[in-house]
Amino acid sequence: MSAPLVIFDKVQKTFGDFVAVKELDFEIREGEFLAIMGPSGCGKTTTLRMLAGLEAPSVGEIRLNGEIMNDVAPHERDTPLVWQSLALFPFLTARENVEFGLKMRGVDKAERKERALKWLGKMGILEFADRDISTLSGGQKQRVALARSLVMEPQILLLDEPLSALDAHLVIRMQAVLTDLQRELGITFVYVTHSQSEAFAMADRVVIMGNGEIAQIGSPKDIYRAPANQFVAEFVGRNNILSGTVTKLTDDTARITTPSGEFTVPTNDVLLIEGHTASFVISADLVHISIDKPVGDNAAKCKLISEEFVGSMVTLFLEDAQGHEFKVQMQERELSKFDLNSGDEIWLSWDTSSAHVLNEG
Amino acid sequence: MKANRTLNVILGIYVALIFVFVFAPIIFSMIFSFNSQRFPTIPLGEFSTEWYAKILADPDVWEAALNSLIVSTSTAVIATFLGFCTAYSDYRYNFRFKGPYLALILLPPTIPLIIMALAMLAWFSKIGMSGQLYSIVIAHSVLTAPFAMAVIRLRLNQMDPDLEAAAWNLGGSEWATMRHVIIPFCKPAIFSGLFLTAAVSFDEFAVSWFVSGLNKTLPVIILEIVQGNIDPQVNAIGTFVFLISMTLVVLAQVFFASRQLKSTRT
Repeated sequence: MSAPLVIFDKVQKTFGDFVAVKELDFEIREGEFLAIMGPSGCGKTTTLRMLAGLEAPSVGEIRLNGEIMNDVAPHERDTPLVWQSLALFPFLTARENVEFGLKMRGVDKAERKERALKWLGKMGILEFADRDISTLSGGQKQRVALARSLVMEPQILLLDEPLSALDAHLVIRMQAVLTDLQRELGITFVYVTHSQSEAFAMADRVVIMGNGEIAQIGSPKDIYRAPANQFVAEFVGRNNILSGTVTKLTDDTARITTPSGEFTVPTNDVLLIEGHTASFVISADLVHISIDKPVGDNAAKCKLISEEFVGSMVTLFLEDAQGHEFKVQMQERELSKFDLNSGDEIWLSWDTSSAHVLNEG
Repeated sequence: MKANRTLNVILGIYVALIFVFVFAPIIFSMIFSFNSQRFPTIPLGEFSTEWYAKILADPDVWEAALNSLIVSTSTAVIATFLGFCTAYSDYRYNFRFKGPYLALILLPPTIPLIIMALAMLAWFSKIGMSGQLYSIVIAHSVLTAPFAMAVIRLRLNQMDPDLEAAAWNLGGSEWATMRHVIIPFCKPAIFSGLFLTAAVSFDEFAVSWFVSGLNKTLPVIILEIVQGNIDPQVNAIGTFVFLISMTLVVLAQVFFASRQLKSTRT
């Protein structure tokens, strides 16, 4: 495997007393689609801005192609950024916007025009080349912003929540445009977002950040099915988290006693000690419901509180006798067989293999 | 709804009255400038361009007009440049004593003109710079720079804060970004500032009168004519000065409004 494209080597960033990034130690591989995800204020945008040279790390080194980038001015880097606000130049036409970077690099007029038109064509907005930016729609502006960065033919493209201003149906379309582009160009995309659906839909690897630190790095599937810790489990949502005391250990399973009952979980090489506390999660979509008490190790009796429909999927919010919240995600047509009303009591159950023990907490 | 309409009518009358109060004297001055009679009385005499012919034949008036032109043009350029620099430093940087720095810059228009004029005269004579045309330019630049700054600052505040960084990110150095992003973005405000400061300088009297020495501007020569005797020439010059000032202010407004329009569209 080739050397990583970008290395964050023990990078810290403080603004006065405020610690934006505590310690970052990770690599970005060449040609991958990496998403950096976290709640607002977690340091994800600061991380991206450091990569673009708009902020300088307080401690540590950022290396691009093995070169230390700490003191390289933003305009001397080749790290174009697609901004959350798009930051298109309002006094220029679409084509002039796309040409801007080439003009700054001293590319001559004829070549500038040719390359700009090529990229506008690639993004499917050639007909708007000479239009004022203010006359374009949100989706069209988005494409101009992408063309403006990609016309520089960079090794790495940075994207800072570029889809957050778009309508839901456009977001899905643009996600497809972005993944296709990344695959076709083979360049590295670093995509910052707070949206789990965007990150999971597009990225090869996801970095989850919280409080200026990396909480987990992994493929979307790893993070979804096997969150490393409580923070990730809570952030990734639609997870049921249970904490209790380890009461019995066997080779590959553990019995954990929680206020909501006693459950069996696979240990998955996590070091568990009898008598100590442990937490585990079950994805909401792996929980079954039944009216009668099911057979098996893992069951809890709950009262239905509310339902949330998203298309054909429905999420049930429930509470057990101790007031602990449970979530169940299922197909609407499955649920309709049950004829439930809020306040009804039902049984939740899941396979032992569905549970996942957390490393900490 | 009905109460609203009555209120609108009352407000309409109020605004109309203000316009009458402000413009009636000027309109009368304009009318009398075409009146053949020496004294401004009604009924009017015949239509006449006598007074215009008279001032056009007066070399003093020509010199004053040229002085006014030089002073207001130079002032506009210098004051707008200073105004742009202060507005940009305010937009871009945060530093200690920024509050006092801004207050200091915005101070000149709040000082009574007569005091400002006296202070300028005292200071200029002390350093041997009084009585020159450039003395007026310097004084007017200090006086009008805050207007240019205010207009340009408003424009900068409308700018997407990422715009500048986006230009750096695309390979623009600080200077290239200034030239290709900041100045084009501020262009309407810069023009607005130029016309506004030119207008203020063009009809400013007190400071010009104190520091000008023998270099009279149009407002100064108007006073001199009035001091001598009642002379309808004043109406003619007044009309001329008023039309130029009005044109400058309207142009400033046009640029101001055009950018408002554009920014609401984006």
